Amino acid sequence: MGRVNVKNVSRIFTKKEDNGSMEALHQVSFDVEDGEFICLLGPSGCGKTTLLRIIAGLETQTSGEITLNGVPITGPDPKRGMVFQQYSLFPWRTVIDNITFGLEMQGISKTEARKQVEKYIDLVGLEQFKSSYPYELSGGMQQRAAIARALANEPEVLLMDEPFGALDAQTRNILQDELLKIWEQKHVTFLFVTHSVDEAVVLSDKIVVMTARPGRIKEIVKVDLPRPRSRTSHEVNLLRDRVLKLLEEERFHR
Amino acid sequence: MNFIKTIEEKGIEVLSLITAVAIWQIVADKVVHDTFLLPSFYDVMRAFFTIVKSGLIFTDILTSLLHFSIGIVAAFIIGIPLGISMGWFKKANQAIDPIIEILRPIPPLAWIPFAIVWFGLTHQAAGFVIFIGMIFPIIINTYTGFKSVPKVYVEAAKVLGCTRNIDLIRFIAIPSAMPSIVSGIRVAMGVGWMCLVAAEMFGVSDRGLGYQIWHYYYLHRMDVVLVYMLILGFMGLLIDRFFRYYVDAKLLRWTSGTVV
Repeated sequence: MGRVNVKNVSRIFTKKEDNGSMEALHQVSFDVEDGEFICLLGPSGCGKTTLLRIIAGLETQTSGEITLNGVPITGPDPKRGMVFQQYSLFPWRTVIDNITFGLEMQGISKTEARKQVEKYIDLVGLEQFKSSYPYELSGGMQQRAAIARALANEPEVLLMDEPFGALDAQTRNILQDELLKIWEQKHVTFLFVTHSVDEAVVLSDKIVVMTARPGRIKEIVKVDLPRPRSRTSHEVNLLRDRVLKLLEEERFHR
Repeated sequence: MNFIKTIEEKGIEVLSLITAVAIWQIVADKVVHDTFLLPSFYDVMRAFFTIVKSGLIFTDILTSLLHFSIGIVAAFIIGIPLGISMGWFKKANQAIDPIIEILRPIPPLAWIPFAIVWFGLTHQAAGFVIFIGMIFPIIINTYTGFKSVPKVYVEAAKVLGCTRNIDLIRFIAIPSAMPSIVSGIRVAMGVGWMCLVAAEMFGVSDRGLGYQIWHYYYLHRMDVVLVYMLILGFMGLLIDRFFRYYVDAKLLRWTSGTVV
């Protein structure tokens, strides 16, 4: 179960130097059903990453409430896994030891944890690299391992902060397809932050389009297209056009 | 092919050493003519074998290593936890930093009188001077290493269920700071080795490599002085190499390619 409710969430950053303040999020509300794939899309600086970090428990909202299955979120919890934009694998641990980290924190022994994560290593196709150190992996492989590490904790929600942002276009497309396969196999709610319209259109059930700063919900676009989606089909192009127009409006409003 | 390459590369180094020794021998033997001013390579080798035969050299090496160990163990036990708490807790840093900033510029050798007053002419006194020399690089590098732990590792650990300070320090900050801590230890060992000689010379000890240098200088046996100097050099090199080998193989395999 991974139902997320975001209710009237605002976040104001205060600046120390001039006692000024900056509103990053303004009265954001939306609901995510269990097992949905949601993309948060918006111009840069619109607070989408801030929102994701609040859901992760790494930051706190100034006002409003976020609940997971009805329980308010107060801090980080393994129920909410996260994949970061930067490479976040622990460089001093091998791939497999990175993936077992969450289980070790739960007090499961290393040998037992290694057995348990085997299936996640298979899922992301890193069998050959499980004893490698992160520096030996390409960017795409590192993000695959980071996804496996988040999944190994069996989270109810997987939060992804532009996880493919640093990858080249081809790798990006491949990883998007792989991510959808994982999503179909695992019953997990996905919340995916991106600034790429293409990515949002290919991946999501719903696209939450945000306004420029301070971030508000501009529109929630339902994507009723069957998967697997062709990246160039007529319907996909129409949708992409619609979302792009929404974003363009934001550019002129500023 | 590789074998020939090795000979070609190492050949230059070996040849250079042999040339240096030859020049030394010729200058000492044919030009200076005075074993007090400059003992020749041959004199030094002869002195070396005399000392080895008498067994004196082994007690001196062991004594010096004992002093060094006392210093390094104490510097570890006190310096690493101090650096960790300063790097992790802002309040601890604010409390400890001013004290360290005042004590740190005092040259370690200035502590010798107090070392003697507090510990007498004991091994602990020599160890104390070495400890003073070693602790600051260890504290500071541990601190810097902890300060520069990338935020994303800490956050990644938190969302994976590692939230207590003690766990974050143990599983994230220490391994991430390890390259910096290790280079602090290497710097500290260099400083400690210098302090060792000075501490033993200035009467904190009546044995050890440093003590013997001063002792044989009084006896005007410069050939023996030179033997002890060379032993100090080789021991220092050996300790450093051994440490580096161990660290690169065991602790820092994941950094591969980065120079510590």
